[in-house]
Amino acid sequence: MPDWNEQIRQQLGILNLKPAREAEIVEELAQHAEDRYRELRGGGVAEAEARRIALDETGGHQLPARELRAIERTVAPDRGRFLAGLAQDLRYGFRTLRKNPGFTAVAMLALALGIGANTAVFSVVNGVLLRPLAYPDPSRLTMISETTPEFSQMSVAYPNFLDWRRESRSFTDIGAARNDDFNFTGTGQPEHLSGEYVSASLFPVLGVTPFMGRGFLPEEDRQGAPCAIVIGYAFWKVRLGADPNILGKHLTLNAMSCAVAGVLSSDFRFSESAQVYVPIEQYTSVELRTREAHPGISVIGRLKPGVTIKTAQAEIASISSVLARQYPKTNAGHGARLVPMKDDMVGYIQSTLLLLVGAVGFVLIIACANVANLLLARSTARRREFAIRTALGADRGRIVRQLLTESVLLSLGAAAIGLLLARWGARLVLAAAPDSLPRSAEIGIDPYVLLFTLVVSIVTSILFGLAPALRGANANPQESLKEGTRGAGGGRHRAESVFVTVEIGLAVILLAGAGLMMQSVWRLLQVDPGFNTRNILTMGTALSPKAMANPPAIRLAFEQMLGRVAAIPGVQSVALTSMVPLAGNDSEIAFWRGTGPQPPQDQTMSAMFSVVTPDYLRAMQIPLQRGRFFTDRDRLESPPVVVIDEVLARHISPGQDPVGRQFSLMALGTVRIVGVAGHVKYWGLDSDDAAKIRDQIYFPFLQVPDKFMSAGVASLTLLLRTGPEPLSMLSAVRAQVAGPTQDQPIYAVRTMEQTVSGSLAERRFTMLVLIVFAATALLLAAVGIYGVMSYAVTRRTHELGIRVALGSSGGEIVGLVLRQGMRLTAIGLAGGLVAARALTRLMAGLLYGVRPADPSTLAAVALLLGAIALLACYIPARRATAVDPAVALRCE
Amino acid sequence: MEDRSIDREWKKGSAELLLLSLLEAMPRHGYELGKLIEQRSQGALRFHAASLYPLLYRLEKRGWIQGRWVEKSGQRRRRYYRLTPQGRRVLASQRQGWQAFVEAINRITGVENA
Repeated sequence: MPDWNEQIRQQLGILNLKPAREAEIVEELAQHAEDRYRELRGGGVAEAEARRIALDETGGHQLPARELRAIERTVAPDRGRFLAGLAQDLRYGFRTLRKNPGFTAVAMLALALGIGANTAVFSVVNGVLLRPLAYPDPSRLTMISETTPEFSQMSVAYPNFLDWRRESRSFTDIGAARNDDFNFTGTGQPEHLSGEYVSASLFPVLGVTPFMGRGFLPEEDRQGAPCAIVIGYAFWKVRLGADPNILGKHLTLNAMSCAVAGVLSSDFRFSESAQVYVPIEQYTSVELRTREAHPGISVIGRLKPGVTIKTAQAEIASISSVLARQYPKTNAGHGARLVPMKDDMVGYIQSTLLLLVGAVGFVLIIACANVANLLLARSTARRREFAIRTALGADRGRIVRQLLTESVLLSLGAAAIGLLLARWGARLVLAAAPDSLPRSAEIGIDPYVLLFTLVVSIVTSILFGLAPALRGANANPQESLKEGTRGAGGGRHRAESVFVTVEIGLAVILLAGAGLMMQSVWRLLQVDPGFNTRNILTMGTALSPKAMANPPAIRLAFEQMLGRVAAIPGVQSVALTSMVPLAGNDSEIAFWRGTGPQPPQDQTMSAMFSVVTPDYLRAMQIPLQRGRFFTDRDRLESPPVVVIDEVLARHISPGQDPVGRQFSLMALGTVRIVGVAGHVKYWGLDSDDAAKIRDQIYFPFLQVPDKFMSAGVASLTLLLRTGPEPLSMLSAVRAQVAGPTQDQPIYAVRTMEQTVSGSLAERRFTMLVLIVFAATALLLAAVGIYGVMSYAVTRRTHELGIRVALGSSGGEIVGLVLRQGMRLTAIGLAGGLVAARALTRLMAGLLYGVRPADPSTLAAVALLLGAIALLACYIPARRATAVDPAVALRCE
Repeated sequence: MEDRSIDREWKKGSAELLLLSLLEAMPRHGYELGKLIEQRSQGALRFHAASLYPLLYRLEKRGWIQGRWVEKSGQRRRRYYRLTPQGRRVLASQRQGWQAFVEAINRITGVENA
């Protein structure tokens, strides 16, 4: 006995009635069908015929479903009906998906990849670009920098900061911060701490109160005040064992005894790395007292309510122009620039992240196209179902809705998996981009990310579900029911081909982007930085507090340290430098021709300025082009000398030998040129050529005047060239640096190769992510074309069988299938190449040494994709040759 | 009668009356109603499930008949319809109207032939 209930239910499914009522009607009609069937069988009608008649009369296409619906719907209130319909659609959708686990798994996986990648990228964009900064009323926080003709943004001279703070009326207050390293002693091993010198006003400006204790009092931020410090949460928790009685205890920093005034909360993120905060007036360097120096001070103001950044900008600019008139030597030509704090932090990475958003969007579209194709193939198999529904009176909208419900279900399932992938993916992204990503601690899955994923998955489901749904709804009942399970209209295959073509086109764009980035990074790695990057180790160091007593002691302590390290077997040369190329910090000095007094600031020139010890050139293997480098005889007592680079040489004495000439350095006086060295790409492998200040001046460490000595110490980096692998020397170096008092730490140990690769971090990050996306795109596109060609072969089994029967060879059959697949590939490639030419222009800023529409890259991409597509077509083509004509013809 | 098939419109107009009449004596289920109409009209009138059930549901919705599930041992349960008091009144008035209608038709068509 047939299962009448199930068959009737399927026919009524589209009626969309209340479940209980539907069940009644189904049962009643099933009972009727059964009665009729028994009667027919009793009258001698064959079983199949009896069943057909019974079903036909009961349900069939004669049942005026519309009428039934009209009758039943007069009772159900509209909303209830809609919800009941939705519940029914959902139930039906679940059933359908569960019945096809293979299809469901493949489709969900493709979508989960697409949605997961998008969620991961969005969680990064959300955390970095979209989320407001974690301070109260963050939109009022504004970075204030100085500007000069050379620099659109420069750190602020401390006296200028004090004047801005005193004169301006646009801000509730202005704060300053300067990051620095501190030598933490008195608790066993000497330790290097990273920290910030801050003005007492900084925490109130940010709107932050420590979670324990307090911030700084104004009187603590005065010269000569007893040292108070505020410590970071992690430092307190990990290093100080979360000591609950820490407030008022003393820690020794740079040989100063500092009382702990407060502990910041764990979500304070002004500086990712700072462990201690010290009042800026405790920074005893002369740098702080002169307008000549710009010692890395950042200034942050909080706008008064209602004051715009434009008003504030005008005000600070006018204060700056007063200062420029008042102090022409140091301030002429200096202005000010205000930028919202968030833009200042993340602005530079914005275009990179938006590029990734675009790229990951393409991955999702490719995934959608793949799933749309799967659904199209399946909608052929379901044509009879749709036809019956249409015959039963379901209108197009109703069928589209049912199919879209299935798509949404599929998509939501994929979104759930995608979220897991995203959590994991975002972690991978962060691992790939440790330094180059600001605010990385704020990246995570929050309600906005969840909302984004939800919206994306629903939009996605419409994107991939609409075409198959419309196709399904268009099924002509008469045709489909007659047609049996084979054939289908040509339109369906057109849609499939379009999807595959789009997939290939988008894959071309992503591959082109990845290819261009790879070329850029590779070319950058070939750039000669002006020195030999191999086997160089750099590290920060600090002197024993005992050695810091006076400038001569400092000089002596460093000389002894260099001597000890140089004696380590395997160390070829060792030097100190105030500036490591490509490390992201820079130091400039103003100079002027001749030996006269300092002209106004706008008539001086600027050069990169490094303080180094005599072995620096040898350690770095920078070529010496003329004259000599420094020796131990270039001391404070001897006439001041400098070595300049070839760029400055051309600049100040074109066509002549500059050695022996004199010129003047700000704060250091007249100096004589004793040598010319090769140019070093300090600013970066790519950006140095375009930098505004390229002239370089080397100054001997032993000639640094006493007043600058103690300030300069913290910024010195120890640099050594080794014979063996540099990191293998580390423990020996650590022991020798520590010295007889065993209280001189080393920190921030890096090989020069790490520094070089770090200087490319943003590009490498972009490259890595694009490679991952491009590989995903390639995989999905390959699967896509494979799927379409496999399906085409299955569909053409009959035709291929005839061809084999008529004597076509295997080669001819393979050729036939390959031609079809490669035609699609060629169209996709052509479209993709045109689009790639246009779109890669958007990434021009990230490229180096290669033009956006680089023909060789595009050609390589086309070749790679073509080859993969060929392979993807070849497998179904091989299968086509295995078609047995007898079987193929019989299967009709 | 030359043409034994009854016109669609006739059937539609009379169907409600037929069902109500058949339910007057006793409750019946859908299949039985269909069979009775076919038998008593000697095959001239046939209602497929497709038109029978929607009609029953409509009458039920109007409150003229009432369906109820009845189980008999050894059988699937069936839905029996019985006439409601309102249905009874409707039946009476429809029957009157029908008779008046048929008489009127007969007076026009029958006089000539008689």
